[in-house]
Amino acid sequence: MSSEVATLAQRIEAQLGEQIIAVRQWRDETLVDVLPENWLAVARHLRDEPEFRFEQLIDVCGVDYLSYGQVEWDTDDVSATGFSRAVEGEGAGRFDWEERPREVAGSKRFGVAVQLTSITHNRRVRLRCRALDDALPVVPSLVALWPVANWFEREAFDLFGIVFEGHPDLRRILTDYGFVGHPFRKDFPLIGNVEVRFDEALGRVIYEPVTSVVPRVTVPRVIRDDSDMLQARAEAADHWRDN
Amino acid sequence: MAQEIRNYTINFGPQHPAAHGVLRLVLEMDGETVVRADPHIGLLHRGTEKLAESKPFNHSIGYMDRLDYVSMMCNEHAYVRAIEKLMGVEPPSRAQYIRTLFDEITRILNHLMWIGSNALDLGAMAVFLYAFREREELMDCYEAVSGARLHATYYRPGGVYRDLPDKMPQYKESRWHKGNDLNRRNAWREGSMLDYLDAFTDDFPHKVDEYETLLTDNRIWKQRTVSIGVVSPEQALAWGMTGPMLRGSGVEWDLRKKQPYAMYDQMDFDIPVGVNGDCYDRYLVRVAEMRQSNRIIKQCVAWLRANPGPVIVQNYKVAPPKREEMKESMEALIHHFKLFSEGYCVPAGETYCAVEAPKGEFGCYLVSDGANKPFRVHLRAPGFAHLSSMDTVVSGHMLPDVVAMIGTYDVVFGEIDR
Repeated sequence: MSSEVATLAQRIEAQLGEQIIAVRQWRDETLVDVLPENWLAVARHLRDEPEFRFEQLIDVCGVDYLSYGQVEWDTDDVSATGFSRAVEGEGAGRFDWEERPREVAGSKRFGVAVQLTSITHNRRVRLRCRALDDALPVVPSLVALWPVANWFEREAFDLFGIVFEGHPDLRRILTDYGFVGHPFRKDFPLIGNVEVRFDEALGRVIYEPVTSVVPRVTVPRVIRDDSDMLQARAEAADHWRDN
Repeated sequence: MAQEIRNYTINFGPQHPAAHGVLRLVLEMDGETVVRADPHIGLLHRGTEKLAESKPFNHSIGYMDRLDYVSMMCNEHAYVRAIEKLMGVEPPSRAQYIRTLFDEITRILNHLMWIGSNALDLGAMAVFLYAFREREELMDCYEAVSGARLHATYYRPGGVYRDLPDKMPQYKESRWHKGNDLNRRNAWREGSMLDYLDAFTDDFPHKVDEYETLLTDNRIWKQRTVSIGVVSPEQALAWGMTGPMLRGSGVEWDLRKKQPYAMYDQMDFDIPVGVNGDCYDRYLVRVAEMRQSNRIIKQCVAWLRANPGPVIVQNYKVAPPKREEMKESMEALIHHFKLFSEGYCVPAGETYCAVEAPKGEFGCYLVSDGANKPFRVHLRAPGFAHLSSMDTVVSGHMLPDVVAMIGTYDVVFGEIDR
């Protein structure tokens, strides 16, 4: 199977070489990185060309790469300073709304990953794309090619604030009516920004800033270089985000 | 005299017994005909994917049960497979057989829930009671291996939590269970769980016959399902349908055959497909799938009986050492402590792993930056894609057909809202 996937990667490279950033293969998975301006053309080619025939869009997933590779507990400089016992830094969600981390300009933090399946050839491919602007991340919509993209893109818009250009109905889908913010962004606290309670005096449900929970994550986030993981790590090395 | 006729909008759910949980459906009606359907979802959104980002990998296995809460172990399977793939860990074959066994038990559990609730939605009460009788029997297997009837948290990266029990728990005598009734209930439970499953698989095809007697040729059932909600193969592909929704339309696509995982390539079973793509064909497909799952369970039981062995990898970075070993070995104790306090680090990279869950393709897209917690987990729920086609499929149908369609989608909001 792996040789077949290699040829798939090569054929994508050969046919779409100018429109893509890179094709990579890791085990039996094929990964294609694309710029937003070529996003639709590449997807259309992969869907319509008889030798690819990716007729099914399986999944669209938004990703926020802010804080990628950051840890809360340093494990590298042990010998110089002794073990650090205290948790440092703000890992996933360990902060409240007022203290949320500020984003780094020009990081291209928002990405979209799409899984395609070819029923005809029994193959899968993954397309990835980074939005160029962090303040207003825009990626072209795939709804015209696969109608199922409609809800998946609404979800990515709702949770990450990624705007899909050309989407016919870009409404929120999972969060509450009237929700403010995009909860799956890495600078959105795990405890949320508002809490809800019934106010006896007003006789209705009111929204107010979170006070009943404190931001607390039990296990600190660490990255360790375990020697028995080196093999897998080496295999995954070229897979690391670098576009 | 001219009379103005206007479409009107009705609100179906979120508190409606046929809405299968918390679906709110805004329907624009022309008389009794649906012009537009706009499902509002998210009422059960718990942010599972975000919660997983703040916890070590193993802590989130239990969340997977709570996604599609009628096919629990299949969800776990997709998640642990994604972790295993990134780490390069291969579970021992006995664990793979146990997973195959429990995936199929789960499929039957799911389809029993579906056949009962779908029939109930369309007015047949009895099927529900029949189906829950067998569901109880299978949930006893869940309980026997994991201690929980529903949310098992049984799969682990590298295998399963523990081996199958040697003894099936029995009913005790009480005011409610005594005499012949007690003996009947305990008849299958004299031996191990595998004996119990043998008895179950011998009996279950007759039970499926019973459901079919109630429905397959039932005039009312056919009136409610034949030619209702027809999905063409092209539509099914365009709307990302998988599982029985896709096979009901005649596309022979099953990940267990096409991209086999666990031990499915060793199993002898068939993929049932429909012809017309209507609710009735999908009903037939699911009933046939129960029979096929029964076959797979039989094969797994036979293998598991003959082949004892480890059920989880011996790599202490991923799986805990044995209790006895911890009493004597310092290394084992440290590994145990580190595993349960910090977890394990997964090499940086990303992967997408899918399983053929009872409802369709359940996938896990996992991005790791090398930490002991996932950087991003995305769970591809089959019901999410299916429900998004609601507007296209039900437009032009009558209001009661919407209920038939919700039933045939087999929607469960745990997985759709996540």
